[in-house]
Amino acid sequence: MLHIKCPHCGLRSQNEFAYGGDASVKRPELNKEVSDKEWNHFVYLRKSLRGKHLELWHHISGCRQWIKVQRDTATHEIFKTFKASEEI
Amino acid sequence: MSQNFRLNNIGLINRNKKISFKFNGKKYFGYEGDTLASALIANGVHLIGRSFKYHRPRGFFGAGVDEPYAAVQLNRNNETEPNVKATEQELFEGLEANSVNCWPSVNFDIGAINNLLKMFFPAGFYYKTFMWPKSFWYKIYEPFIRKAAGLGVASTKHDKERYEHKYEYCDLLIAGSGPSGLASAYSAAKNGAKIILAEDKARFGGTLLTDDVNIGNQNGKEWADNIISELKKMPNVIVKNRSQVFGYYDHNMLVMSERISDHLPITQKYIPKQRLWYIRAKEVIISSGSIERPLVFGNNDTPGVMLSSAAKEYLKIYGVLVGKKPLIFTNNDSGYETAIEFKKNGIEPIILDTRKNPNSEIINEAKNLNIKIKFSYVVVVAKGYKKVKSAEIAKISDDKKILSNIENIDCDCICVSGFWTPTIHLASQSGAKTKFNKDIDAFVPDKSKQKETTVGAANGVYTLEETLKTSFDIGYQLSKKITLKDNRVSVPSVVEKKSEVHDKFWCVPLPEGKNYKRFLDFQNDVSVADIELALREGYRSIEHVKRYTTLGMATDQGKTSNLNGLQLVSEVENKIVPEVGHTTFRPPYTPVTIGAIVGREVGKHSKPTRKSPMHQWHEKNNAIFVDAGVWLRPRYYKRGDETLFEASKREAKNVRKNVGVCDVTTLGKIDIKGPDSAEFLNRVYTNAWLKLPVGKARYGVMLREDGIVMDDGTTTRISENHYHMTTTTAQAANVLSHLEYYLQIVWPELDVNVVSTTEQWAGAAIAGPKSRQVLQKLFPKINLSNEGLPFMGYLESDLFGISARIFRISFSGELAYEVNVQSDNGNFMWEKIMEVGKEFNIEAYGTEALSTLRIEMGHVAGSELDGRTIPYDNSLEGMVSKKKDFIGKRSLNREAFVADDRQKVVGVVPLDKKTSIPEGSYLVKDANAKLPNPKLGHVSASCWSVEYDNPFSLAIVKDGKNMIGQKLFALSPLKNKSIPVEIVSSHYVDPKGERVRS
Repeated sequence: MLHIKCPHCGLRSQNEFAYGGDASVKRPELNKEVSDKEWNHFVYLRKSLRGKHLELWHHISGCRQWIKVQRDTATHEIFKTFKASEEI
Repeated sequence: MSQNFRLNNIGLINRNKKISFKFNGKKYFGYEGDTLASALIANGVHLIGRSFKYHRPRGFFGAGVDEPYAAVQLNRNNETEPNVKATEQELFEGLEANSVNCWPSVNFDIGAINNLLKMFFPAGFYYKTFMWPKSFWYKIYEPFIRKAAGLGVASTKHDKERYEHKYEYCDLLIAGSGPSGLASAYSAAKNGAKIILAEDKARFGGTLLTDDVNIGNQNGKEWADNIISELKKMPNVIVKNRSQVFGYYDHNMLVMSERISDHLPITQKYIPKQRLWYIRAKEVIISSGSIERPLVFGNNDTPGVMLSSAAKEYLKIYGVLVGKKPLIFTNNDSGYETAIEFKKNGIEPIILDTRKNPNSEIINEAKNLNIKIKFSYVVVVAKGYKKVKSAEIAKISDDKKILSNIENIDCDCICVSGFWTPTIHLASQSGAKTKFNKDIDAFVPDKSKQKETTVGAANGVYTLEETLKTSFDIGYQLSKKITLKDNRVSVPSVVEKKSEVHDKFWCVPLPEGKNYKRFLDFQNDVSVADIELALREGYRSIEHVKRYTTLGMATDQGKTSNLNGLQLVSEVENKIVPEVGHTTFRPPYTPVTIGAIVGREVGKHSKPTRKSPMHQWHEKNNAIFVDAGVWLRPRYYKRGDETLFEASKREAKNVRKNVGVCDVTTLGKIDIKGPDSAEFLNRVYTNAWLKLPVGKARYGVMLREDGIVMDDGTTTRISENHYHMTTTTAQAANVLSHLEYYLQIVWPELDVNVVSTTEQWAGAAIAGPKSRQVLQKLFPKINLSNEGLPFMGYLESDLFGISARIFRISFSGELAYEVNVQSDNGNFMWEKIMEVGKEFNIEAYGTEALSTLRIEMGHVAGSELDGRTIPYDNSLEGMVSKKKDFIGKRSLNREAFVADDRQKVVGVVPLDKKTSIPEGSYLVKDANAKLPNPKLGHVSASCWSVEYDNPFSLAIVKDGKNMIGQKLFALSPLKNKSIPVEIVSSHYVDPKGERVRS
């Protein structure tokens, strides 16, 4: 079980969090023309990286903040965590 | 029966307390402090079970977790437990155990015929034989194999024992209380670290209890006892026996299973049987010791062949002789220690040493004691079927290939020692790499990945002096890092005997013309020949060899067999062991009961139960409850001996005719505040929200980005920048996370806050033609006419002195209102509603009537919004704005979503107007068409229409818009039904929606 440092609350057990997927995905802007391909990429296609991965976690049983976690998908090492507003 | 193999003057058992127990129905006696294994051996019982494949007789091989044979069916406290290791089970008064895997009895086992057919049971036998015909697998082969190969029998009863979970944090977790564990624990604790010391056995001390050593002028056991009693007194120390650290998980999370009551006849009240500890440790010290390796020779699985360390443990801890004519077969000095213990207790052992001319302190001691030693000698084959009766021994050539001088000697047990394998399971589970240590012919932990350090024998350090020195130091260094303190304790002096190097030889060659079975894996019956065959057949990877032959895959997970398997593969393949590598170590290290893993989360406790503030009223009024997400909701209120069908019909009818009230507290409620709230709702919902006036509610549908409907509900504008959103009961949590995601991640520029208020408000839906009259009685001062409070209107008022929110919204399709008050006032509100509604014949209605009402109105709910449908499918296309963008909009023009024959919700009525259509039925054109019968759609929800008094269902059907009036069949293969039906509009009752506006 991972030990995730919530940037708002501190170190907490993984079972307080929900996984939220790839944090580098950007939603296309509203009211903007988006090609089928682009939209398909946004909705369905995700990389399955081995190694360093920036991902979203939701501190669902804690402060309810979405946070960014830089984690190694192979070793589970967590390098750093960020607030949603922080850029890497 | 008397304990013929018990000695009078040695051991740690309590001879003042005699304990009676039964094995296979026969009564025996042992002493307090015995294990089931030691008590049986004291009584001369060595036949415990039968082996997995060949049903060969099985006895005891070890004295602890490494035991591959002695699994028994244990009856305790009116429960039965399979595959309990007799070597681990402590004896208690009245214990009853039986052999597993033998029929009709352990002495006469029919399955043993497999032994005679063994040439037909080679590696991969099952794969090769039971391939054809395919259909035989399920019906004939598998049930038969399972019966023949099964171990114990699991109970089918509910387990009434109690199991607990515990979460703990510490600076330092030390797994194992042998010399290395004690030394590092003591040194760390003295330096102020918060430590947990775990020992899987009942007694602390590990090998210190059996080894002839001296630490600081005390013998090993005295030293261990003193350290433990001092540790127990320290406030920063938790010391746990009967506790196995079995798993090392990510981020230094370890899991330990504590057996609290297994050694007692019954579990005491309020005390759990077992407790599972989740321990997050800053640092971990793995002091799990080592396990002796077997030597491999013919029929080396015969009862009476066992590890020499186990024989020593039975002797020194339990005062039990595993035999009176012991043959010690060893390739290192450890066998001598066992021999010396036998000799000291009046037994004459014979030592066969594979080495030619070894010389050490302990060998000299054995010589001085006049113990008979034969160098360059091996056991060729054990003789005897259910117990060792003699052994054929031989002189082995210097190249270990040629046997000579084969002779038969009498013996009643063969104690083997093939040197020691470090227990690296936990270290390997932690992700640490391993390396092969040529000096000990075994793997040891290499570079750590997590914060763990392996010490002592588990790290391949086999001398006590070195072990204590490094363990004291590591305990100090690690604690210093955490506590920043600097209290160092001195390392005591050590007296131990120096050893000679071991012999790498471990597998005795077969004599010319002989074909003895030489076992590697004793529990799964994997022999040397099986591995050789697998290699001949082309298996190379050790992972494949393991799976093909099942080497190391039994419940003991190959604790005694893995390394010998590797050595064999490397010899045959002419590789060195590190090139072969080892299979992956995975948790658990030892079997863990399902009960311990589940803990208290069983039955009703498997999830939290939420109850509405009106729950007690429902109970008093005979509500039959149903699980709705985490909530308990009244399904119907039973009167007399009404059935569900009758009661729900009555309740629904009363709503259509008079007025009903339903507890809607469980609906998800989200408070939305902030200047950008309207803009946010406009993006979240498919319809337009910017122009909703204050004091008005609107129905909204939200999508996922893939265009699928996520949820629906009404949202009300309470004031300029304040909205009250409702969600379905089931989706409440997901919707909140969804909103938070968009606010925090996608559109952080929007100034909006959301918070769940589900539990803050109690809600009652008052529905029916007379609902306005009821409401007027509740709120006499306000104007409830269509002008005063129109459909989708909102007001705040007070209800007999408490503040209330009134929404004119309807799920039932009738004129209806929803009243919300603070949860604490929920019961008050409810009782007032019932009180003032009495004259209008108000009745409470449950979820079943609620469903009936919405289904016949054609209102979609969870069964249609099932995660596979888009707004069009639910006839909600009118809710989808063409002008603005919103979440999921871009997906709605996908090809399949705009297909001309896209599925749509419709109504379904049986032609006979009598037969209810089971939910989940398929709709097809021709009931008798050849399979696969083309499916047009499925029935999503069914009810008995109270308006028309006949069955009515909703269905989602391909090309639904053109299907109205068609005659189809509803097929339910599960219920064996085929019902002729007609497709009608989903809006079965009040299609124009006049009632809600009346």
